[in-house]
Amino acid sequence: MKAQTLKTLATVIALATILMLGACHKKEAPAPPPPPPPPPSPTASVSVSPDTIQAGQSATLTWQTSNATDVSIDGIGAVQASGSQQVSPTDSTTYHLVAKGSGGSQEASTRLTVTPPPPPPPPPAPPMPSDEDLFGTNVKDIYFDYDKSDIRADQQASMQADIQFLTEHSNINFVIEGHCDDRGSTEYNLALGDQRATSVKNALTTAGISASRIKTISYGKEKPFCMEDNEACWQQNRRGHFVYQK
Amino acid sequence: MIMIQGSLLMRTYRDTILSYTVSFCPGLRNGTKRMEDLQRQIPHSFPLGSPRRGVLGFLILLCTLMSSASFGQDWVRTGSGLGVEKVRLAVPDFKAANSDPQNAALLKTFNDTFWNDLDNSGVLELVSKSFYPLQIPGQPAEVTFNLWNAPPPNAAMLAFGNLGVAAGKVIVQGWLYDVKNTPSPQVLGKQYTDVPTDAAVRLIAHKFADEIIFRLGGGIPGVAESSIYFVSDRSGHKEIWAMDYDGSNQHQLTHQGSISLSPRISPDGSRLAFSSLTNGGWEILMYSMDLNRLVNFPRFGGGNFSPAWSPDGMKLSLSSSRTGDSEIYVCDANGANLHRMTTGKGPDVSPVWNRKTGAQIAFVSGSTGLPQVYTMEADGTNQQRMTDQGYAVSPNWAPNGQFLTLAWTRKYGPGEPGSSDIYLMDIASKQWVQLTHDGGHNDFPWWAPDGRHIVFESERSGKEEIWMMLADGTKLHQLTFTGRNTQPNWSWK
Repeated sequence: MKAQTLKTLATVIALATILMLGACHKKEAPAPPPPPPPPPSPTASVSVSPDTIQAGQSATLTWQTSNATDVSIDGIGAVQASGSQQVSPTDSTTYHLVAKGSGGSQEASTRLTVTPPPPPPPPPAPPMPSDEDLFGTNVKDIYFDYDKSDIRADQQASMQADIQFLTEHSNINFVIEGHCDDRGSTEYNLALGDQRATSVKNALTTAGISASRIKTISYGKEKPFCMEDNEACWQQNRRGHFVYQK
Repeated sequence: MIMIQGSLLMRTYRDTILSYTVSFCPGLRNGTKRMEDLQRQIPHSFPLGSPRRGVLGFLILLCTLMSSASFGQDWVRTGSGLGVEKVRLAVPDFKAANSDPQNAALLKTFNDTFWNDLDNSGVLELVSKSFYPLQIPGQPAEVTFNLWNAPPPNAAMLAFGNLGVAAGKVIVQGWLYDVKNTPSPQVLGKQYTDVPTDAAVRLIAHKFADEIIFRLGGGIPGVAESSIYFVSDRSGHKEIWAMDYDGSNQHQLTHQGSISLSPRISPDGSRLAFSSLTNGGWEILMYSMDLNRLVNFPRFGGGNFSPAWSPDGMKLSLSSSRTGDSEIYVCDANGANLHRMTTGKGPDVSPVWNRKTGAQIAFVSGSTGLPQVYTMEADGTNQQRMTDQGYAVSPNWAPNGQFLTLAWTRKYGPGEPGSSDIYLMDIASKQWVQLTHDGGHNDFPWWAPDGRHIVFESERSGKEEIWMMLADGTKLHQLTFTGRNTQPNWSWK
């Protein structure tokens, strides 16, 4: 039904045209074509979200243009007419977009502010060792012969190392504990341990270390390091033991 | 092989009915150098009973050839009361005086305590209960003399009595009878009244036992009512503890929570000095037995160890390293007037006063290497070395002022046999006898006030515990069993 209507309409139009052509006998110069409408000028917009980031983070740059054939963003280069892209500049950046089209060109820009990174994150690996750690690593206990409190020859190296460290770290206060092996008698061992601690202290003060930094205490045989009944163990227990004092 | 046996009877020790018989052989392993010295000093022709230096009377009783039976004996044998017959005492169980239900438990405590006190006294020979007649007396009318004074019991003395609870009190009646003196047998008759508790009954038993020991033991008071102070770690820390002389009633005194050592009770029993690890180091602390708490005592600085009371209770001696070396000091009982007695190199510790005269102090010094025992006047003069070798510590002065006990490892060093044992030394002659044998490490001998008993620390049971023995090394028995217990200190009375 509809097709028939269209066909009828087309026939009518065709007849009308013929009629008109036939009627217009006189041929006139064709009218100049109307000037083509000026091509529409391009539009452009660009934005960034968020507009402030910390260095190392990224932001999304989004732009839209129309009527442009040639779109470029400074620093990025030619881009699609519209789109978005992740950016992570290290410094604050102004994104300048130029959209060129037959209708001219349009510019737009947006600025992304980059703040410096937060106060340097907790320094990754190498922390400064504490005095206590240094003390524990560097200060060596002094070992004694049975029933003796003089510092024997093979302990001089430890003694010198202790003197050097304690001289260089003059802020550190410490305790020297005198210990004895468990073979002797309680009271005599307390006095002997006291003498061992004093002997180590004297070696330090003689080398110029202030006596005010040093506390001595005897444990006699009350706090053994080793509980077995052999010389290796007894030797462990006959010592001047350094303890860091907070 | 020639062996010489001598018995020396100490004149002022006579009353204790203890004498020491010492046998020795110059060739034996346990060196008897001092014995040889003695032999030189006292010719065998020395008159019988002649006084020596006005202090000691030596009786050379016997020089004889010994049979080979003694060969191989490697330690000196001493005996208590050898040659002196001990009193034979029969002690039947006390009987119930009435039918109160509390009687049975209290009688058990009383009879056990009473028997142990008499048995441990060292001056009595208790007749075995298996010899007793079936009918035992609870009061005088029930005594049948010929059942006791003739064999089998053949007792010289009879202690008997009864116990009964009535009206909230326990009443104990006790008698001591001389059963060979039938016309006038009563030596003692006593009655005690107290609250009906285990502790009270134990104290009554101690009191009555001490009465008997006083009368049958030469007039020297018994020690059944005395106390022993010691160090125990059973609370987790080494603290000062106390107990009755027989090991009962063990209780903690101090709560320092650190390390407390060397308890020393004052002669009057009112204060206890000890050494304790404080925030400022080792200091002497003073505990009041009356107030049950610490009382003020000055802090001397340095390491302060091993306090010791003078017998009059007016002074303390102690070891202090306040000037660097550990030295012996003396101060007033309140800590004032501290002054130094020794100046030697090496540690000086463990002072102890001559408890009879208060005029000398024995102590330990490492001035020549291994620790040795020395004596000096109480003003620090006239230092005398007492021990000649080995490792000698923990001197303690006998109540009679003439003997020292000490812990001594005579042969000391790698590969040397022997351990720390308790020795008794006559101060004038430096003659010694060994009291403990073959029992691990022994240390800290301390005399009982009666001069008959010695308490000490020993590892013979596997760990440190408190043991007691008679002064001749017999009647050895263990007093503590829980934790590690060390450094016993016997009260002065």
